[in-house]
Amino acid sequence: MNKTVNPNELTSDDDYGPLYAARKKVYPQSVSGTFRRIKWGLMAFCLGVYYFLPFVRWNRGLGAPSQAVLIDLPNSRFYFFFIELWPQEVYYFTGLLIIAAVALFLMNSIGGRIWCGYLCPQTVWTDLFYAVERLIEGDRRERMKKDKSSDPMKLERISEIVLKHSIWLLIAWWTGGAWVLYFNDAPTLVKELVTFQAPMIAYIWIGMLTATTYVLAGYMREQVCTYMCPWPRIQAALTDEWALNVTYRYDRGEKRTSVKKAAELRALGEQVGDCVDCYQCVAVCPTGIDIRNGPQLECIQCGLCIDACDNVMTKIGRPTRLIGYDNDINIHRRQEGKPPIYRIVRPRTVVYSAIIAAVGGIMLYTLATRSLLDVNVLHDRNPIAVKLSDGSIRNAYTVRLLNKSGYDRVIAIDAQGPVNSTIHVIGVDSVTPERPMIVVPRDSTSELRLLVTAPAESNPEKSIPVRFHVTDIGLGEVASTTDNFVSP
Amino acid sequence: MTDHSDIDSVSGRSTTGHEWDGIKELNTPLPRWWVISFYLTIIWAIGYWIVYPAWPLISSNTTGLFGYSSRADVAVELANLEKVRGDKMAVLGAAPLADIEKDPALLALARAKGKTVFGDNCAPCHGSGAAGAKGYPNLNDDDWLWGGTLDQIMQTIQYGARSGHAKTHEGQMLAFGKDSVLKPDEIVTVANYVRSLSGLSTRKGYDAAKGEKIFAENCVACHGDGGKGNPELGAPNLTDRIWLYGSDEATLIETITQGRAGVMPAWEGRLDPATIKAMAVYVHSLGGGK
Repeated sequence: MNKTVNPNELTSDDDYGPLYAARKKVYPQSVSGTFRRIKWGLMAFCLGVYYFLPFVRWNRGLGAPSQAVLIDLPNSRFYFFFIELWPQEVYYFTGLLIIAAVALFLMNSIGGRIWCGYLCPQTVWTDLFYAVERLIEGDRRERMKKDKSSDPMKLERISEIVLKHSIWLLIAWWTGGAWVLYFNDAPTLVKELVTFQAPMIAYIWIGMLTATTYVLAGYMREQVCTYMCPWPRIQAALTDEWALNVTYRYDRGEKRTSVKKAAELRALGEQVGDCVDCYQCVAVCPTGIDIRNGPQLECIQCGLCIDACDNVMTKIGRPTRLIGYDNDINIHRRQEGKPPIYRIVRPRTVVYSAIIAAVGGIMLYTLATRSLLDVNVLHDRNPIAVKLSDGSIRNAYTVRLLNKSGYDRVIAIDAQGPVNSTIHVIGVDSVTPERPMIVVPRDSTSELRLLVTAPAESNPEKSIPVRFHVTDIGLGEVASTTDNFVSP
Repeated sequence: MTDHSDIDSVSGRSTTGHEWDGIKELNTPLPRWWVISFYLTIIWAIGYWIVYPAWPLISSNTTGLFGYSSRADVAVELANLEKVRGDKMAVLGAAPLADIEKDPALLALARAKGKTVFGDNCAPCHGSGAAGAKGYPNLNDDDWLWGGTLDQIMQTIQYGARSGHAKTHEGQMLAFGKDSVLKPDEIVTVANYVRSLSGLSTRKGYDAAKGEKIFAENCVACHGDGGKGNPELGAPNLTDRIWLYGSDEATLIETITQGRAGVMPAWEGRLDPATIKAMAVYVHSLGGGK
């Protein structure tokens, strides 16, 4: 990207160097081909999911949210289709993060920065913004000419610019708008938004994401990848010699010369490459690099240069994939006359896949077997034990009952502690004296104070375990946990 | 100054002229937008100094253009919170004391409110979990000087004990030694007798009959026959296993000699009625209430 400086051109000012370098604007040319089609497809899929997922409905019964994917912050609930997560189950997100990270490693060890080139939001939105720009202002040459033109602004040009920025802002605004829909019932919020009844925080978030989308995808573009994103630096440590990266196969590319000259030289039996130095790979590159200089930090591995080069190779009747997903090992093998080998199954990829499978398996298992009734117990710390007037010992506990189901449940509480001990639940056994029972409303928790008293003659010398059972009277579902009974 | 027009032969770019162990630093300038952003943050910071309170003065600070203060913000938020909670506390204030524990929502509210207020007002003497200390009753046990029913607890919180309030609990342990009512040897004897009441060991050769006689003449008036205590007077039960000041002979001799008169402040007027009610329910629900 940086211009090479001829020593003779340096002035004395340059001796100390400029403080900053102006961005060299990139004008990617449109291209068609396999990788472009993959990119269109993935873009449509990603944007489709992002923009429309909040409108997907899921019936959870009366009184429960009917949005398939909902992050309900005020009530601390996360809904994902048939799954409802509580704050206590935040470890599922840890699992998802582990899977996401390892999946990124796996992608990286198989095909380099596939994430950067095809799936990263920065790439997807920048690609979309480029498509809009191309549609309105024309392709590479036209855009370059229009930017360079010193003609006074014509009405046509002004309207073009206004139209482009309007569409950009519209996309950016919808991006922010879709974001807030994940945090509230989408149709309701849309109605509130258009009638200006929505909470201020929604407008603030829409404003922020509109601004970031517009600036990052419209102006920052490839600079986000080269200056702001840490991933290019990290991926260098994760990749290995077998990873398939977008590679210029210099073994069949050099030396570069025109089609005509190449034919003449070949006729003379001289070494000449397939590369005709047409600069198509550079023209289509969204980060403005020359892939023929080898792997480099700015390359996001989007594969558009492969499409561009393939088109040229097809036209001049040479084999395609002068640029392709490959690695240095195979280039050397070909140079030595050996066939290339591709190793997708390697210890590295096997380990990554195994980690993904294991974490995913554990998550699925716990999700399938998780209980909708739960009990947490916290022992009083001050005092840890109380001596009563008749010499008996009492310990107090805070018991929290969790009813994660969609209906109210009658829960009976029971505790097995020291011999002949009795339990007393404040406020509850005055209502149901025989066996403490409480109604825990649907999708909520109830906190109780429970006392366990051991008579003087059975005073335990040391700490002994107490087992707390809670039973759903209707369904018989049981949850239990253990704490300790201690003496002063 | 050294000659800086030094060009790296590999990249063809100029260097900064700095060299470490033979490695030269290429001159790679920052992007323009980055530098501009950096300057903007500096300008932003200067704006911040002007708009927000920032500079310390000798006895105050600059108030900023809009007089913003985070303390005022907190006051507004607290007022809003009071508004939100006001209705619920009104319901609590109106509910009959006996019914609060039977309503899970009201009980939860009373316990939450009571716990906070207890921590602010009662914990210095009774401890954060109401475990008490020597001279400060443990509110988790079932021994109550002034009675442990909800009404009695509420009354004690409202008016205190020996607090000077017109309706406060009165009654004190007399200083039998200091006021020369009993002789030192009589005090030792009656102290051992009191220990025997709750089954504790007594000094060898002490005169139990004499102890009983001294107790009947001096102590029964308040502590009752057999030392069972009297909540009307705040006289503790001497036959159980809970001792506010301690049950060893030395402590008992000190108690009988010097007397005891612990003070519990009255909270009426310092806390609003609904809060006192919440506190009574909280203390009762600790487990010691009768």
